[in-house]
Amino acid sequence: MTADPLLSVRGLRVQFALRGATLFAPPRQLAAVDDVSFELQAGETLGIVGESGCGKSTLGRALLRLLPATAGQIVWLGRDLMPLAEPAVRPLRRDFQIIFQDPLAALDPRMTVGDIVAEPLVTFEPGLPPSEVRSRVRDMLGKVGLSPEMLNRYPHEFSGGQCQRIGIARAMILRPRLIVCDEPASALDVSIQAQIINLLAALQREFGLALIFISHNLAVVRHLSHRVMVLYLGRVVEIAPRSRLFAAPRHPYTQALLAAAPSPDPRRERTKPRLSLSGDPPSPLDPPSGCAFRTRCRWASEICAQEHPTLRDDGDERAWQVACHHWEEIRSP
Amino acid sequence: MDTVLAVDDLSVRFASPEGEVAAVDGVSLAIAAGETLGVVGESGSGKSQLFLAIMGLLAANGRAQGRVRYRGRDILGLEPGALNAIRGGRIAMVFQDPMTSLNPYLRVSRQLSEVLVVHEGLSESQARRQALEMLDRVRIPDARRRFDLYPHEFSGGMRQRVMIAMALLCRPDLLICDEPTTALDVTVQAQILDLLADIRRDFRTAIALVSHDFGVIARLADRVMVMYAGRAVELADSQAIFDTPRHPYTRALLTSLPRTEPSDTPELPTIPGYPPNLQRLPPGCAFAPRCRQAEESCRATVPLLIPLGPGRSAACLKVSAA
Repeated sequence: MTADPLLSVRGLRVQFALRGATLFAPPRQLAAVDDVSFELQAGETLGIVGESGCGKSTLGRALLRLLPATAGQIVWLGRDLMPLAEPAVRPLRRDFQIIFQDPLAALDPRMTVGDIVAEPLVTFEPGLPPSEVRSRVRDMLGKVGLSPEMLNRYPHEFSGGQCQRIGIARAMILRPRLIVCDEPASALDVSIQAQIINLLAALQREFGLALIFISHNLAVVRHLSHRVMVLYLGRVVEIAPRSRLFAAPRHPYTQALLAAAPSPDPRRERTKPRLSLSGDPPSPLDPPSGCAFRTRCRWASEICAQEHPTLRDDGDERAWQVACHHWEEIRSP
Repeated sequence: MDTVLAVDDLSVRFASPEGEVAAVDGVSLAIAAGETLGVVGESGSGKSQLFLAIMGLLAANGRAQGRVRYRGRDILGLEPGALNAIRGGRIAMVFQDPMTSLNPYLRVSRQLSEVLVVHEGLSESQARRQALEMLDRVRIPDARRRFDLYPHEFSGGMRQRVMIAMALLCRPDLLICDEPTTALDVTVQAQILDLLADIRRDFRTAIALVSHDFGVIARLADRVMVMYAGRAVELADSQAIFDTPRHPYTRALLTSLPRTEPSDTPELPTIPGYPPNLQRLPPGCAFAPRCRQAEESCRATVPLLIPLGPGRSAACLKVSAA
């Protein structure tokens, strides 16, 4: 694949200023996302995994300019969004949408389902006749598996899974080219999760949609993604095609993460090697020197404390990148 | 069998403005010392209310009926004084969210030692010493330094360790864990599950593990009970549940799970529809409206749990016919 990417991100950094420790202390800087680079092709799904506080949701929002990034480039269809002011970004927004974890909280309780789904359409195409808006909304509700009779009902009348379908219809109504999905199935019951995952995959096939799929659930990410990015404390530790990453993860953190995810098979659960990590992720306010993972890594050596490992590849950036001083030595866990 | 907890035909009903709701309907189970029973189900399946009822912790509009015996002694409907002598001591509970279960105004040391002072009548200094030992035991790093901190100064994983330490202080013989790792990251979840496995081995604690996550259940449970709409629909050894699920609901749930191991099905098998509203349960089998095998009879008769072999039962008309 050498086509021009839909989205190309270079050295993205998102920094938050926090109140100082005391009243007159200078504000402290927290880098929630640090030096993140990747490319996304049209129709591709990039999974982003990592534990809470790793910056995955911040990254998703910063990509869509819903949060200000501090440094780096966000090149959308060849055009850097970073220097653009919000009025210049707004017309581009119809091409990139987002869906959230809590489907009910993301919907205005005082609007009918029809109005919720129609809102982006009315905003971006104010000249559209109401009959056309209505027919497109009906059409989209059908595509996400809701019956058009639901048009005049309110969000509270729906279950979590149905609300997520409404959120997806709203995101899809403008036929965007990219949807950032932030934990879209995590708040749903197991029997409903599969329905939403299938729906996203079907919409991707039908519309050639690119997805950035943010989740802590490795099985869901594995199922949907073409490539997977693993974040730790705001930095990319590994990014690789899905099958490679899950078959033979290179970064010790990815290895531990995959080993920790319980699978629904008691035999496997009781025999698989434990690569238990000790402790919790360090605070992003006070990250360790060098490699952020070294405090929990059994392979850590002197160089890990001194130098920050950069993302390296085997000559092909899209094939596999890993940020670890020692990955060649620890290939097989 | 050294039975710690035996529940017979337990039902939980809540009064609501729209009439009575049966959150739990005729559930029976038993847990032996050193054994872990996994209870799995989706939201509204009654899995949490079942154990809240067992502990006498139902909300004010809830009413439990049936029989609950702890070591042969009836504990359902016991007056609070008598119940408090057992719960928190002999039977302990760990909840999903450790932050809301800990008192934010009290140091961890105080909250832990208080349990020993109340239940075991220890002196303050004895209690502090034992509490600190237990924090070490649940592998809180640097426990001595952290002992006198407040709950907010702990991370989520460490707070859950504190909760588990608190639950273990009086060496309970039954530990009820309701979604103990749901709020935690996977690497921390793995640590907590390892810890529970160690506790079971070292103290022969009976564990009831309530979870919506089949992975967590597979990791720890010896036997599994699957619940749907307030009823137990299948009960079997853990391996059997995962290898050869018999109830159509269990089977459908397991096949709808995405897996981390290779399986390149582009489309996940799904369960149509949504979990039922307990206020408007259909007559007959509650799963029938979503079941691909349902027939006319399923919509008319509520299926009972039918034994299918040693330790194995399922509540489905189609299974009994097979």
